[in-house]
Amino acid sequence: MAKKGKKVEITSRRRFFTDIAYSAGLATMGGLLWAGYTQKAKSSPLTLRPPAALEEKDFLKLCIKCGLCAEACHNRPSNIDRDTGKPKKSTLKMAKAEDNVTIGTPFFTPRDVPCYMCDDIPCVTVCPSEALDITKVTNKKTGELDFKMMDMGLAVVDSNSCIAFWGIQCDACYRACPLMDKAIKLEYDRNERTGKHAFLKPVVSMYDCTGCGMCENACVTEKAAIFVLPREIALGRPGDHYVKGWDKKDQQRVANRVDKDITTHDKRSAKKPEDYLNRELEY
Amino acid sequence: MKWSNIKYLVFRRFVQISFLFLYAMGNYYGWKLLQGDLSSSILFGKIPLSDPLATLQILSTGALVGANVLVGAMIISLFYGIIGGRAFCSWVCPVNMVTDLAAWLRRKLLIDKIERKIWISRNIRYYMLVLALIVSAISGMAAFEVISPITILNRGVVFGFGMGGGLLIAIFLFDLFVVKNGWCGHICPLGGMHSLIGKYSIIRVSHNSDNCTLCMKCKDVCPEVEVLGMIGKRSEFVSRKECTNCGRCVDVCDDDALNFHLRKFLEK
Ligand code: SF4
Ligand code: SF4
Ligand code: SF4
Ligand code: SF4
Repeated sequence: MAKKGKKVEITSRRRFFTDIAYSAGLATMGGLLWAGYTQKAKSSPLTLRPPAALEEKDFLKLCIKCGLCAEACHNRPSNIDRDTGKPKKSTLKMAKAEDNVTIGTPFFTPRDVPCYMCDDIPCVTVCPSEALDITKVTNKKTGELDFKMMDMGLAVVDSNSCIAFWGIQCDACYRACPLMDKAIKLEYDRNERTGKHAFLKPVVSMYDCTGCGMCENACVTEKAAIFVLPREIALGRPGDHYVKGWDKKDQQRVANRVDKDITTHDKRSAKKPEDYLNRELEY
Repeated sequence: MKWSNIKYLVFRRFVQISFLFLYAMGNYYGWKLLQGDLSSSILFGKIPLSDPLATLQILSTGALVGANVLVGAMIISLFYGIIGGRAFCSWVCPVNMVTDLAAWLRRKLLIDKIERKIWISRNIRYYMLVLALIVSAISGMAAFEVISPITILNRGVVFGFGMGGGLLIAIFLFDLFVVKNGWCGHICPLGGMHSLIGKYSIIRVSHNSDNCTLCMKCKDVCPEVEVLGMIGKRSEFVSRKECTNCGRCVDVCDDDALNFHLRKFLEK
């Protein structure tokens, strides 16, 4: 026992274990802070990635942040301004700390610069990490690149602010779309208000739209009334309970499900219909 | 100032700035000499090069990275492993210019001479390295790459600066006022990685203690002073892996006691 007033001797053995505990503690603390920060450093779910990007989770694992995609986009021949002979502002940007996108990863903002869906897709072919996966835009049969297979997102129309839905003639997005009449169609409707005019309403097909954003870029309203969202955000999911009985393909969709995965009860179905009808709403 | 006192310094700055310049030209004007950035690039439009640490982090997330990145990381590791040693740090990395500036100012302002209580271990970088791999595995993304001042500065020059630039100022101030050679000499895991890779490289500084007059100018400028333990005592190669091969010691030595040599393994 150490006597009062005397320093406690630290044996080398004891120092060794204290050192280990000290380092382990510091490393754990640092690691936790760091891991917490990386979660925060992930992108906003509204981020639009380059063509053929893997699903966000895998994309973030693979992308090495080299910027070769953005460079390829910037220096593609079609990006040269005909008047000045210099490259214009290009589609793909490398995220900075303030962009709300994981730092150093490529993304684009169609209202600024949309993706022009290049035939040779230079941004994808150059990617060394395969975070941009060339097989996603390669036609399996011909083995050739097919820009129509791109899937950066899906265009969504806000029918409240789209002036075509007001009855004013505008087909800016429709004309801008590289897949005109496939990705955007114009739906003709009678304008009951005037009795003699037509509505020409833009309607997007989720099957053909690539999310290039040419439409968003072309939209004439102050804040675009048609805009691209990542597909996971833009699309809902009906689930297996609802089947298009008239559609063979849709029946296939639910044909293979496993019995035990089928639940017909959930929180909402636990209540009887009368409960809804006879009681006031419960919050 | 004699040319022989700044020779390697000038060479190094030239090489460092050339890298940044070529990367920037690759982006802005499509030059095909060196495209991409220090994380991964294409040399002469063909040869892939990648950062071995970034590659390891990607692999530790469990993702199988593209062949070009793997080959690129292999080329870089072989080059530094066999030839360059830790030369990446002093000849390529742009942060080196920031931290060297801080170290120079420290000497000029005599901050070095003030007694300070702050001491941190030079081995933190190896802990950081292991931690980077663990955190990458947990979080599913290359963990050091989202905080690395190296890539922030490099991308800043090539693709435009953002708010991330503040991190560089923080490192500069840390090195200037808190710990001498704090970032590059203690913390940076990429420096740790390159120390490990370059441990057995051929190019080394060698000391001739017969010529040494014990002026200790070399120890004054060395960012990794521990590696110069033999000064004035033994004639031998600077063999510790932390030496960055910057050649500052060779520059400042007026007595021809330090020089670059090819390491001879057989003599030992
Ligand atoms: S396909 Fe789109 S993102 Fe890729 S290079 Fe062309 S414009 Fe840029
Ligand atoms: S080329 Fe690939 S790895 Fe490089 S920044 Fe673009 S997506 Fe990431
Ligand atoms: S984003 Fe707009 S322009 Fe592009 S394919 Fe879809 S509908 Fe057409
Ligand atoms: S220690 Fe890190 S920041 Fe310093 S020169 Fe080396 S890689 Fe660059």
